[in-house]
Amino acid sequence: MGAQLRVYRRRIRSVSATKKITRAQELIAASRIVKAQQRVAASKPYADELTRAVSAVATFSSTQHPLTTSVERPTRAAVLLVTSDRGFAGGYNSNAIKAAEQLTKLLEDEGKTVRRYVIGSKGIGFFQFRDVDLAGQWKGFSDRPEYSDAKKVAGELIDAFVTPTDEGGVDEIHLVSTEFVSMLTQSPVAVRVLPLAVEETDEPPAGGPFPLYDFEPSAEGVLDALLPRYVESRIFNALLQSAASEHAARRRAMKSATENAEDLIRTLSRLANNARQSEITQEISEIVGGANALADATAGSD
Amino acid sequence: MAELHVELVAADRKVWSGEATIVIARTADGDIGIQAGHQPVLGVLESGPVTIRQADGSVVIAAVHGGFISFADNNLSLLAEITELADEIDVARAERALERAGAAQDSSAERRAETRLLAAQRRD
Repeated sequence: MGAQLRVYRRRIRSVSATKKITRAQELIAASRIVKAQQRVAASKPYADELTRAVSAVATFSSTQHPLTTSVERPTRAAVLLVTSDRGFAGGYNSNAIKAAEQLTKLLEDEGKTVRRYVIGSKGIGFFQFRDVDLAGQWKGFSDRPEYSDAKKVAGELIDAFVTPTDEGGVDEIHLVSTEFVSMLTQSPVAVRVLPLAVEETDEPPAGGPFPLYDFEPSAEGVLDALLPRYVESRIFNALLQSAASEHAARRRAMKSATENAEDLIRTLSRLANNARQSEITQEISEIVGGANALADATAGSD
Repeated sequence: MAELHVELVAADRKVWSGEATIVIARTADGDIGIQAGHQPVLGVLESGPVTIRQADGSVVIAAVHGGFISFADNNLSLLAEITELADEIDVARAERALERAGAAQDSSAERRAETRLLAAQRRD
């Protein structure tokens, strides 16, 4: 076998092995998307009820709560970025990081110092490689977040928020995560989590106007307990959506990688066939040439 | 007897929903019992067992770890980060967790385990 042919065969073998891996990744991701979507749906009743309760308390009390009051001139902001722990997910991580960097730049242009909080090894790695200081980092739960993970993150952010600015606290908290729009579309979104904006609208709340609630123990007490839970639930929802997006992005990336591998194998097989055929042709012409030369030589000696 | 609709919701799933005649839960000020037609109420729950009594006399017990109770228009929602039906509770595991939490002096884990055991006792 010729050297050329051997090289082609080796490459075909290696691409086939890669294709097996990407195909497996694609199938795994596809099966996990469904589960991740179910988890997003399962967390909805809690989030809805909580939103309704917060709206109800906000409607009936004019209480100023630390978590809803914004500072007059915010000077420090925190950005929480949600990325994944593993790569092989196409543009998922770089899109989220890009969105976070854009937001950071915007905040810095407004004259705010930005503290970064990152979830997921990929985001942490990105900033560590660039020697950027991180105020907080978490990893190990990006593809299957639990409520306790969201609680841990939210706790630290709320602590930073209620600390006075001159003691190292922050005035506002933004969250950059990836929204699961559909199987094909996942878009990075940036929202402000704290301070919570209380908006006056004329729209009737979902499920009819609020009844006159009796608050136990008091409107302030209920708000005190509700708001941190609300922030946790927002972060939990962002984690679940990001997890679903991660799987969807991975499935798509691995699907196109598998298709690329198939294309590559097809092209390489053609080249290999070509090389084999020209090898045979060459061998034949060599034999024929050799035989002719031999015949000529015998004819000459006669 | 008039009935009210009850939804027991944890952060990551809906645990139980159905009709009941009375629901007893523990708020910061003490136990509160709610029957159909109660005044709208929104309260903070303490960790503790919640009792849901149904029209046919059967009782559903759940361990609720913190959370909220809200009642309006004959709809009662119990929201909590962690909620478990008493039937789902593994007593041996909760006892082990209690021992471990006691040894590690983790008061929140200890309270969680105690609530579970309390709910499991009511079930039996």
